[in-house]
Amino acid sequence: MEILNDLLNYLPAAIVAVGGLVVMMMDGYKAKSRLIYQTTMFFLAGALVIATYDLLYQEVGTLFSDMAASGSTAAFGTFIVVFGTFFTVILTHDYLIGVKHNYPQVYPLLMFCTVGMIVLATANDLVTVFIGLETMSISLYALAGIIRDKQLGVESALKYFILGAFSTGFFLYGIALLYGATGSTNLSEIGAYTDGSMIYWGGVSMLLVAFFFKISAVPFHMWTPDVYTGSPTTITAYMSTASKTAAIVALVLILERALPYAADQITSTMAIIAIMTMVLGNTVAMVQDNVKRMLAYSSIAHVGYLLVGLAAGTDLGFTAVLYYLLAYSLMNIGAFGVVAYYEKNHDVHFNNIESYAGLGYKQPLMGILLSVFLLSLAGIPPLAGFIGKYLVFAAAVEAGLINLVIIGVLASAASAYFYLRVMVYLYFKESKEPVKLMKPLRVYSFSLVVLAVLTLYFGILPAGITELIASYFSGNGLAIVP
Amino acid sequence: MIGIEWYLGVSAVLFIIGVIGVLTRGNAIIIFMCVELMLSAVNITLVAFSSFMGDVHGMILVFFVLCVAAAEACVGLAIIIAIFRNNITADINKINLLRW
Repeated sequence: MEILNDLLNYLPAAIVAVGGLVVMMMDGYKAKSRLIYQTTMFFLAGALVIATYDLLYQEVGTLFSDMAASGSTAAFGTFIVVFGTFFTVILTHDYLIGVKHNYPQVYPLLMFCTVGMIVLATANDLVTVFIGLETMSISLYALAGIIRDKQLGVESALKYFILGAFSTGFFLYGIALLYGATGSTNLSEIGAYTDGSMIYWGGVSMLLVAFFFKISAVPFHMWTPDVYTGSPTTITAYMSTASKTAAIVALVLILERALPYAADQITSTMAIIAIMTMVLGNTVAMVQDNVKRMLAYSSIAHVGYLLVGLAAGTDLGFTAVLYYLLAYSLMNIGAFGVVAYYEKNHDVHFNNIESYAGLGYKQPLMGILLSVFLLSLAGIPPLAGFIGKYLVFAAAVEAGLINLVIIGVLASAASAYFYLRVMVYLYFKESKEPVKLMKPLRVYSFSLVVLAVLTLYFGILPAGITELIASYFSGNGLAIVP
Repeated sequence: MIGIEWYLGVSAVLFIIGVIGVLTRGNAIIIFMCVELMLSAVNITLVAFSSFMGDVHGMILVFFVLCVAAAEACVGLAIIIAIFRNNITADINKINLLRW
């Protein structure tokens, strides 16, 4: 039975999808919020175990008559997405109780969103890319506005929805034109096309524009700061890590398999966009007083570094990008997790940097964790963020993009300012009014510690994971298009 | 028989009308209608290519697009209702808590 075999190779997505339906029905029959949370965690833990197994042992191949891929990048993307969701659900449960809006609907939405991301990260056909992207985006629109009586959240949901739907139009038009030019929606068959007509180039550019929208590259980043500031903080963590990971893994697959013919033009475009993204993200982040908004601009800047790796367009570049995605997911979920912890003890205005004064001593563990994540985001050596940046820039030097790397390193150096500024407030400023912080739940601080330890581990011993990723692109990996 | 370029032309014009509508109109519901117009324009392109190449893939994709457009309408209108309840307006120029 081929379909059963395919399903077995697609088990993480299947488990999460079934889990989402079960959790949704439980909510429909008015189960306790805590029970719903536990069921969600149960399904996600199962999916995470299988995703880890797939990451290490799954064979490279295609599933469902060439619609989806298994093994290598697909398994890697699935793993990061499920891993990110697992921690997001832990943090979200506590956060929503903290801000007194404990809607159990958030769990099925998170599960469906995860299914979309897995479909996107494992896609091997433009139709699957489209379905995955839309499943993910529609769930995210709803998640952004999940606290529906708060103006800020609903406003960010509206902005996200309008711009997201707008970019979907471009994405679809891109697919339609590429389909018309090449006669197929399969990635490898599009890759076999070598006759640049106007329809082809129109399709390629529309597709790239839509992807730039989704990963918030400048000049298509307008929605990012607003949406990230307005959404519930842990959902922001989820949007900025898991959804970006899925979209960029899909972009890597498309660039590598479907568009080798357009590689030269894409490299120059990516280089320009990467420069704009890094410079704008880092400079505007400097003047932000709201920590959440600062992290939103920092996430734009990080997309810039990722685009440097994509601009290189070599196997080395793609390896660096995938490693960077892992490191970025770990540290960004962590950073937003601590911000969410500070926020839920107060109100939304608490995200102002002034109110962080002296908090580092109130709950020492949380202060240290936030410092670790921020240092990693800034790219300070023994942490994963540094290795990620190093790999990306090394790949770009290898590809001969020296100017790009110089600008990138300068922008990255400047970024230390706004990350360290938060730490200065945490440790070296006196708070004006007395602040009381509740003790964090044990599971909350434990999961953040796990993320911090992993950040440190992948920073000190990156060889294991980079070799694993490098093996995807050489030999039996996906680099089959000549 | 009408050539394929006519179909592509119509769909391109519709798509551009949709884009201009999204960029210039202020009412959230009209913006949403313009987005739907863009999706329908794409559907025309897909069906035209599909029919002229004698390949069914494009037509199948159209069904997916219709499906996704319906799901999007569902969530989108819910969001617009939520914002209307909070702000008593659907004019996006007046919804400006978040800037810069």
